[in-house]
Amino acid sequence: MNLIVIFISAAIVNNFVLSQFLGICPFVGVSKRLDSAVSMGMAVTFVMTITAVVTWLIYHLLLVPYNLEILQYVSFILVIASLVQLVEMFIRKVSKPLYDSLGIFLPLITTNCAILGLALISVLRNYSFMESLIYSIGAGAGFTLALVIMAGIREELELADVPKQFQGAAITMIIAGSLALAFMGFAGLI
Amino acid sequence: MEKNETTASAQILDTQKNVQEPPKLKKDPREKLYKPKGRPLILASSPFSQTKDSVPKIMWFVSLALSPTIICSVIFFGIRSIYMISTSILAALVTEFVITRLRKQPDTLSDGSAFLTGLLLALTLPPTFPISGCILGSVFAIFIGKQLFGGLGCNIFNPALLGRAFLQASFPVKMTTWTLPRFADIHTYSGVTSADAITGATPLGLFKYENIVTDLKPLFLGNVGGSLGETSALALLIGGIFLLMMRHADWRIPVGFLGSVAFFGGIFWLVDSTAYPSPLFHLLSGGLLLGAFFMATDMVTSPITIKGTWIYSIGAGILLVIIRLFGGLPEGVMYSILIMNGLTPLINRYTRPKFFGEARA
Repeated sequence: MNLIVIFISAAIVNNFVLSQFLGICPFVGVSKRLDSAVSMGMAVTFVMTITAVVTWLIYHLLLVPYNLEILQYVSFILVIASLVQLVEMFIRKVSKPLYDSLGIFLPLITTNCAILGLALISVLRNYSFMESLIYSIGAGAGFTLALVIMAGIREELELADVPKQFQGAAITMIIAGSLALAFMGFAGLI
Repeated sequence: MEKNETTASAQILDTQKNVQEPPKLKKDPREKLYKPKGRPLILASSPFSQTKDSVPKIMWFVSLALSPTIICSVIFFGIRSIYMISTSILAALVTEFVITRLRKQPDTLSDGSAFLTGLLLALTLPPTFPISGCILGSVFAIFIGKQLFGGLGCNIFNPALLGRAFLQASFPVKMTTWTLPRFADIHTYSGVTSADAITGATPLGLFKYENIVTDLKPLFLGNVGGSLGETSALALLIGGIFLLMMRHADWRIPVGFLGSVAFFGGIFWLVDSTAYPSPLFHLLSGGLLLGAFFMATDMVTSPITIKGTWIYSIGAGILLVIIRLFGGLPEGVMYSILIMNGLTPLINRYTRPKFFGEARA
């Protein structure tokens, strides 16, 4: 039951993008087309999940026994960066068009605050291994959900007569704000 | 037509005996082949069935359907509701006017959409809400909610609801300060021991925080605390059914929305009738009827396919039950509709009808 609560909380109620405002740059950058948004969501979910597992192991088996908690940022970033390298090589090998459509935002997952934030929040809340794993999957699902909704709206808006000054990033931020207003309804759900 | 011509030509023949040809030769005699019953020739591709509905007609009909609700709000909350409604409408119209002028676009004031947005926004506000807040909400609704997306027909979210969500986020206390209607009677609330318990609370709030069930009769008539336009179920039903009979709203949306709320609310009620309210209470309380008949049915922000419409309305109902029963807020009609608005492009995309003979991808 506790695990289900953690999952729903991470995916919907405390959605990483729409209520904690983490990971905004890929949310704005890769939400133009639905298919690349789905792949980006998958990539981020994958990196998040593996990050949660590896950082939990590093933190609890290496840093805590040797009183080296001060190194958590450095070690977490290292883990994330190498994982992103892995994903990048994999996507480049498997699907070149996808690699091109994700562009700079794929290596930028490294500096995606959502992923480092996830690892740090797991430590902060003293999650167990299982909880941390479920939390990361929920966060990834929530990120993908937000990205897919945004991509659907932006594809719809391609035909709309948006004022010139507000095209591109501006209207995307406004949509993100509107979605965040709508997601406020879930506040206090869990 | 023909008769007149013949009599006219007969008169001419009488006066000028020599004239043989009828004077109407200038008109092509084949005209009636391509111009039946005086209508102009229309060359167009499909769809061939034409409707006489237009945007202004629908907008003004929806506004007309809201008139019983406006009357009820004046009866229950006094003349202040007129001030709030008219200020809100005026602010919406002025914003629309200014923006269309700035963008050098044709005037859209007369199509009634800005009027309707202002009206709907005012009807969702609590009776004590400051007038300046009404103006702010209206400006936000029209400017951010509608015009920035490209004007009428392009907005993703219902402008009035987006304006209300903005006000709810900005003034959470003012937006949840309720007064009782003028004729409210403490005895209509069963199980209430002191007047303090009910001052300034909606039936849903009373249920959520005090576990007090409001009787159904005042709920139906509207003699309970709540926003200006949401209390009287009777007035909303009259307007809503009028709207459905005139076919200015898709009947599937209210049916799916109300039906799924009754169904899923009913399941919880059957499981534990003391902890969860009855389906009828769900239907009559809060802004559900207003939302289901007048806001969820907005043609711009709801799906265009039939299958999508069912997904949209039933999804909104499920979200509403979840928010009402388990969320931190007593009411969630606004949020459930806004979230489904956000999902509408995806619903449209995945319920697109397949061409006959199209291979499965």
